Amino acid sequence: MQRIGVFVCHCGTNIAGTVDVKKVAEMAAKETGVVHAEDYQYMCSEAGQSKIIAAIREKGLTGVVVCSCSPRMHETTFRKAAEKAGLNPYMVEIANIREHCSWIHKDMQEATEKAVILARAAIAKVHLNTPLKPGESRVTKRALVIGGGIAGIQTALDIADAGYKVDIVEKTPSIGGRMSQLDKTFPTLDCSACILTPKMVEAASHENITIYTYSEIEKVAGFVGDFTVDIRKKARSVDMEKCTGCGVCSEKCPSKKNPSEFNRGLGNRSAIYIPFAQAIPNVPVIDREHCTKFKTGKCGVCAKVCQAGAVDYDQQDEIITQNYGAIVAATGFDMIGLDKYDEYAYSQSKDVITSLELERIMNAAGPTGGHLERLSDGRAPKNIVFVQCVGSRCSDARGKSYCSKICCMYTAKHAMLIRDKYPDTNVTVFYIDVRTPGKNFDEFYRRAVEDYGVNYIKGQVGKVFLQPDGTLLVQASDLLDNRQIRMEADMVVLAAAIEPNPDARRIATMLTASIDTNNFLTEAHAKLRPVESPTAGIFLSGVCQGSKDIPETVAQAGAAAVKVIGLLAKEKLTTNPCTAKADELLCNGCSQCANVCPYGAISYEEKQVNDHGIRETRRIAAVNNALCQGCGACTVTCPSGAMDLQGFSNRQMISEVDAICR
Amino acid sequence: MQELRDRVKALLMDGTVDRVLGWKAGDLPYNPEAAYFETPESLTEFIYDGFCGANLSKMMIEASKLEGRTLVCLKPCDTYSFNQLLTEHHVDRNKAYIIGVACKGKLDIEKIHAFGIKGIRRIRGSEADVASGILQFETIYGEKSCAYADAMLERCHVCKGKEHRIYDELIGESKETKDADRFAQVEQIEAMSPDKRFAYFQKELSKCIRCNACRNVCPACSCRKCVFDSTRFDSAQKANVDSFEEKMFHIIRAFHVAGRCTDCGECSRVCPQGIPLHLFNRKFIKDINAFYGEFQAGEDIDVRGPLVSYALDDRKPGQTAERG
Repeated sequence: MQRIGVFVCHCGTNIAGTVDVKKVAEMAAKETGVVHAEDYQYMCSEAGQSKIIAAIREKGLTGVVVCSCSPRMHETTFRKAAEKAGLNPYMVEIANIREHCSWIHKDMQEATEKAVILARAAIAKVHLNTPLKPGESRVTKRALVIGGGIAGIQTALDIADAGYKVDIVEKTPSIGGRMSQLDKTFPTLDCSACILTPKMVEAASHENITIYTYSEIEKVAGFVGDFTVDIRKKARSVDMEKCTGCGVCSEKCPSKKNPSEFNRGLGNRSAIYIPFAQAIPNVPVIDREHCTKFKTGKCGVCAKVCQAGAVDYDQQDEIITQNYGAIVAATGFDMIGLDKYDEYAYSQSKDVITSLELERIMNAAGPTGGHLERLSDGRAPKNIVFVQCVGSRCSDARGKSYCSKICCMYTAKHAMLIRDKYPDTNVTVFYIDVRTPGKNFDEFYRRAVEDYGVNYIKGQVGKVFLQPDGTLLVQASDLLDNRQIRMEADMVVLAAAIEPNPDARRIATMLTASIDTNNFLTEAHAKLRPVESPTAGIFLSGVCQGSKDIPETVAQAGAAAVKVIGLLAKEKLTTNPCTAKADELLCNGCSQCANVCPYGAISYEEKQVNDHGIRETRRIAAVNNALCQGCGACTVTCPSGAMDLQGFSNRQMISEVDAICR
Repeated sequence: MQELRDRVKALLMDGTVDRVLGWKAGDLPYNPEAAYFETPESLTEFIYDGFCGANLSKMMIEASKLEGRTLVCLKPCDTYSFNQLLTEHHVDRNKAYIIGVACKGKLDIEKIHAFGIKGIRRIRGSEADVASGILQFETIYGEKSCAYADAMLERCHVCKGKEHRIYDELIGESKETKDADRFAQVEQIEAMSPDKRFAYFQKELSKCIRCNACRNVCPACSCRKCVFDSTRFDSAQKANVDSFEEKMFHIIRAFHVAGRCTDCGECSRVCPQGIPLHLFNRKFIKDINAFYGEFQAGEDIDVRGPLVSYALDDRKPGQTAERG
């Protein structure tokens, strides 16, 4: 029989406000095996912990139940306290009477009753707890960064500077990401390429950084400290070693009418192409879908003109397998598709564009050479209308419920730049709210309004009509003046919502990292662990975690790097002892557990067993404790009940359920 | 049958196999039983006719532990079970010599009794190689007859096909006997209101006497120790506290074999109380097909069933829950 101590925390009024903590302690004291029960204001404080330590020593406790907040918060705290008093830390159980009880109930009687039941369940579990001993696992001193945008580049640079090897895997032919597509950056209006390119060059030349462009993550196995990742290096059709980046191949390529991804489809590129001038690596790639050689077998111009003999039509995809201690997701974002927003005439008129398309139009290397002109007829627009929140803060299923956060600022930037360069252009911005909470942000927006005369109207645009003469008619409401507006425009710019990269869900699944309903990767704790995924060893950098601008992205990238460095600096990691274990007398070797194990932790061995006098060789499941993450998938799959999870055994679970139903 | 018996005898005599797993005549003309034959002489008792419904696959688990090779006679549908057992590493392919025996549908004595044909002394037309379509009975009440197809087991009306999925050699010509929709009964039950459905299963399952015949015959019930016999789960030899508990056995068993059940129909065939146990399994098969695409357990070896594999486009648990 265990000697159990129950400690009920008030958590100030967080728990005590809705739960009668004295009653919980009183009721718990009546349970079988409970030899000590008390309540205290803050169990996690030094004083609270000393109460636990004292009770373990004085009353010879063999098990401890703390009724407090979620085990995610303080399980470690209380386990450490128990260990100090000489108790095995795994003899401590938490009854979560805060998140699971006091915070979600209003009625004191109801909440108290539930808290008592939760305490009773935890006591029932402790009765069956056994001391567990954690093991150790190694740390591979190498990090993987998925995504080569500013977030990925910054994280990689910071990790590399600390002396660890980093690999960047980028899906597109060049690193640089969305930031490389921008013209100027708010609130300082410095040229995006001018501040990004040095970082790209630094990453490319850093001795600790290896960049895999035109590559994708194929498979992730393993666990914190020891991931094994397969990277698919897609066939570039150009030998990266031989190519000098002279660009003759692109110039001579006869297939020139392919929409340029970098210019958001506004311009064309050849089938063999370098996406943009500052691309890293400065090595072209053949777009096999549009290449005449690949389509018809007849052409081969690029191979003929290449002095270096770098063009290789037979190149195959290559799989690189590498071990990593930590993985950073920096998969970034894209703009939402506007096919559900017909009212803005985006699909009808070339002069209705997204803000990112405007970035390309205003960029000197863009499709118009930096001249602001209508894509339909090349005329300079005299009246430009910006529409905010297209798909952001949207209450219906068409758009996103969240604020994309960057649009208010980049629209102020666009408006200001246009008014500065083309002072005779009228610029109108329709907005719901102007949100500028950042350093020097509001000042920036006010300059647009006050110094540059940008016309801000609070109200949403209802419809944009394409008129027969090619101009646009904008119908909107002015909420402050309470009137309907009809306004002629030559160009309409839509601040489309941003959303996580479409690949985020696939990547998250491979990493077993959680994502929210909007496909943003979830952080381990919204406030206290904002750059870590709940999955150990997976870190988050940039917009893949939530909308943010460049300064925030860079700050978060650095924070993620610090977490990675902290992990890689360790020689060994302590492994969770709550792993699966097969009962060799019950196991029938069917392999179902091995099939469902997401970590590949289960293998089979031919083992001599003595089953009540019957000696025979049987095929029995063997769990690799370093790989097992204690998810329990095997225990529910096993038809014989041979698999059990240490610390969360079937018996323990059932006894908890029994205690609740009692 | 003579061809089969001769071939089996030859294989036993030339040492290809050490024993034969087949059927021998029972005490009545319609109750043959599974049997081992270890000498050529003993094969005089070897029979194979329309009443040899027993699926011998499961017996190969124990036969795999014996010295030498065992010849086993498997009907087309039995080979699905054998494959599934192979996939789960319960039988040893090298220890088995599989003769794929011909099948033209197997007979259900209960159905014959239901036609009022009782006191049977002799039966003609039930041999596996005769397909006259008519069963003739010599009974103590005189000559009786019925159509072969009308006396077939339910499972033969939804026959999976006449192809053997695994074998070393084939003897005889099989015939596909499918003439009904496999899921029609399940659909009928699905269409019932929850109360009606509960009442239906209450009625059927309350007949259960916990003889364990269904479990013991089921090729998917191949655990070393069944959870219902284990002292570790508080369920062994437990008296029922309420009338629902007797259902738990069947519901838990259905969950345990879900995704692995080949729908061989043995559970319903052996049930002395005539409970349509196969309906539970078929409901699971129907749902698995709907959620994850058509899947037939045991069709091929080393295939991961949908319940023990994961694909990115798998249905989310929520979608499954919505459907019920």
